[in-house]
Amino acid sequence: MEPKNRNSNTGMRLFAELVKQLGSSTKTNDKLAALLSYFETAPEADTIWVIALFTGRRPKRTVSSTYLREWCIEQTGLSAWLFEESYHTVGDLAETIALLLPPPTNESSHSLQTYLEALQALSDQEVEAKKSFVLHAWDELNREERFVFNKLITGGFRIGVSQQLLVQALAKLVNLEQSQIAYLISGQWDPRQTSLQQLLSSSYAATDFSKPYPFYLCYPVEGELEALGNPAEWQAEWKWDGIRGQLIKRNGELFVWSRGEELITEKFPEYQGLLNTLPDGLVLDGEILPFMEGKPMPFALLQTRIGRKNITKKQLEAAPIHFFAYDLLEWEGTDWRDQPLQQRRTKLEALVAQVQHPKLLLSPSVNFDTWEELAELRSRSREFVAEGIMLKKKDSVYQVGRKRGDWWKWKTDPMTIDAVLIYAQKGHGRRSNLYTDYTFAVRKDDKLLAFTKAYSGLTDKELLEVDAFVKRNALEKFGPVRTVPAELVFEIAFEGIAASSRHKSGVALRFPRILRWRKDKTVQDINTLEDLQQLLQQFGNEKAD
Amino acid sequence: MLSFTPSGIYCSQGGFYIDPWKPVEKAVITHAHSDHARWGSKQYLCHPDTAPLLQLRLGPVEVQSQDWGEQLDINGVRVSLHPAGHIIGSSQVRVEYKGEVWVVSGDYKVVSDGISGDFEPVACHHFITESTFGLPIYQWEDQEIIYQQIRQWVLDNQTAGYSSVLLAYSLGKAQRLISCLAPLQQPIYAHGAIANVQEKLIDSGWKLTPVVRVPVEPNRNQLKGSIVVAPPSADGSSWLKKFGPVKVAVCSGWMQVRGNARRRNVDAGFVLSDHADWNGLITAVKATGASSVYVTHGFQAAFSRYLTEQGIEAKEIQTAYGTEEQE
Repeated sequence: MEPKNRNSNTGMRLFAELVKQLGSSTKTNDKLAALLSYFETAPEADTIWVIALFTGRRPKRTVSSTYLREWCIEQTGLSAWLFEESYHTVGDLAETIALLLPPPTNESSHSLQTYLEALQALSDQEVEAKKSFVLHAWDELNREERFVFNKLITGGFRIGVSQQLLVQALAKLVNLEQSQIAYLISGQWDPRQTSLQQLLSSSYAATDFSKPYPFYLCYPVEGELEALGNPAEWQAEWKWDGIRGQLIKRNGELFVWSRGEELITEKFPEYQGLLNTLPDGLVLDGEILPFMEGKPMPFALLQTRIGRKNITKKQLEAAPIHFFAYDLLEWEGTDWRDQPLQQRRTKLEALVAQVQHPKLLLSPSVNFDTWEELAELRSRSREFVAEGIMLKKKDSVYQVGRKRGDWWKWKTDPMTIDAVLIYAQKGHGRRSNLYTDYTFAVRKDDKLLAFTKAYSGLTDKELLEVDAFVKRNALEKFGPVRTVPAELVFEIAFEGIAASSRHKSGVALRFPRILRWRKDKTVQDINTLEDLQQLLQQFGNEKAD
Repeated sequence: MLSFTPSGIYCSQGGFYIDPWKPVEKAVITHAHSDHARWGSKQYLCHPDTAPLLQLRLGPVEVQSQDWGEQLDINGVRVSLHPAGHIIGSSQVRVEYKGEVWVVSGDYKVVSDGISGDFEPVACHHFITESTFGLPIYQWEDQEIIYQQIRQWVLDNQTAGYSSVLLAYSLGKAQRLISCLAPLQQPIYAHGAIANVQEKLIDSGWKLTPVVRVPVEPNRNQLKGSIVVAPPSADGSSWLKKFGPVKVAVCSGWMQVRGNARRRNVDAGFVLSDHADWNGLITAVKATGASSVYVTHGFQAAFSRYLTEQGIEAKEIQTAYGTEEQE
């Protein structure tokens, strides 16, 4: 890349324009063109930040959203309830504030980088200094720019650009393979200390010992298994319900990455024992999973470990974390991803056997001779505390990103319950101002008992229909929540069930979603709490909380 | 004097309804949108500009028309119509009996669009207001700026080899868009539903820009890069294929919020509304001097609570008006 001399005054404007284009274009090619054009024209110091933001490397939050709300209310003179009402309709705090503020009196002449670094510098400042900075920025940014500025503070740039698309744009920009780009932009790099040129050079990548490989992801099985050909060419494994992760040992250090590309080494001190036993220059792909008395434990227990800064001894005992290795990506410092799976597997098995560490387990392969046999095993997945089966072609290389063909996931059929809609709340993002977030109830004696929320599964057309029903029939308001007559019946699907003292119903569901709208059923036909309790007895594991 | 009944807003002294949603004997109609002007009543009373639209939509019905400001006595109740600025012919209905004055606004817009008549504040004791955009997040930009953006979008599309399809409700928004596009001095192709309305209006004496109906067997090269105005239902239809590669835009107040625009899954959203925005609603309510306000279709809970906080007695009323599709 040539060094660029670009006008940084327009930085924020260009970025706001990019976010707008990405949010409104409906075709991947248009998004790609917008990204490319941005990278070609934006100040270079801004582009590295954009890569960081779009790959989830968001800067630390230095101004709380409570303050943003407060200052916006102060600037607009609106009542707090009216602000909240607006927020629930828009479904996004950054956007709500951008829409409510009075027009700016100045124009911005700063780059994206300037704003981001100024925001970072606020971290140890007094509230008054933060406030003065934010108000000043609001007064020099237009509506679109304010929206992205607020987003920089509140975080989470989910604006219709996937990591995949970013990789594609960068690959085009610097003429490298997409898989190479995916690798280069992974890992722990700091946009404040990295230039775009450095980030996209392999010699620089080599200095980061922690760098994970991009994960190979798969699609659900489509159609009949027979289409996959000869069963002997496939390896089957249980699909675990834990956290997919990479365990890396390089340069005498241990690193653990989650699939979301978060460095989570600190969260699992159990793995530190592996530091001295694993050989150097090693990368394993596997599942982070609590495991006790010969079997994995439900995800709810793993959840008690995520998001906590300090892990107590009690937690370590209650959810002892293991690493279920299923692939080997690097061996003696050499990238093994191009080796066939069979060979990687042989090496992995030998390694696990040799290391003999209680925390490192081999995720077993599931033996089968025919597809019928595998189907029968899959139907019993829950007995093994698995979500289903993973199918991997024995001669497959380890690819980058979500690809069809060589790897498939084949989840077990979900459990289902017929339930009635009782509460609705407006959604976020493209569901803004629509009642799309629902609470469902089952029957308990002659009453209804709320047992789960579900947000997905209906088509856009169905959502509009339910929205109209809620808007016309709302009975009561509790803040943003509307109660509705118990009339609409839905089939709710979920992957797991656990006992929970935090829920009135006594159960917590895993991945609940709407399977279908049962217009053929009335509230008389819904399932009961006893039905749920029966599922709990049959498939539930240890108590979640 | 007016009451809210299962058939609609009713004046018992005069024995007539205003914008009833069930068939009645005598209906006073604010404007010709289908949620306000419903089929099945025996007699309709409306503004002369609404009358032909009513007949276009409802077929041959008995329509009596009355000019803005003209007084009519119905069983001792004085009834007059006043411009509402929403669409062509749209009117507020003022009723007076024994010194008590009520105004039913129907749908309204306080900014002049040059076509629909300029909204007239009418002093009253009781004001029935819509609240389609009754939240402070809805504050419109100047329509000239939006018009420029729309024309620029059309020109950019033509440079890139695309036809521009603007989706707008056939009565109201479409007429505004057509006048917005007229300065480009290019043929404006219209979907049948819009062409029907446009021709009916021109026949009734309106000086409006004529539109071009798309021939059944069109010369496709000629239609490439063209300008098209179509109702929302045309989105994704095979009819659009006649125009070659297209970019599609929705023109509606709902486009103010990103999520709504994304949900429509179109290439552009322009915030152009035929309804009053937040400040417009407040201005209108205050200008009436009404001591009691009834808030109908839209964000009625929020807007009535806001008015109450401002010291204006306000109630929310459930009606059968208002669907997102029509804006």
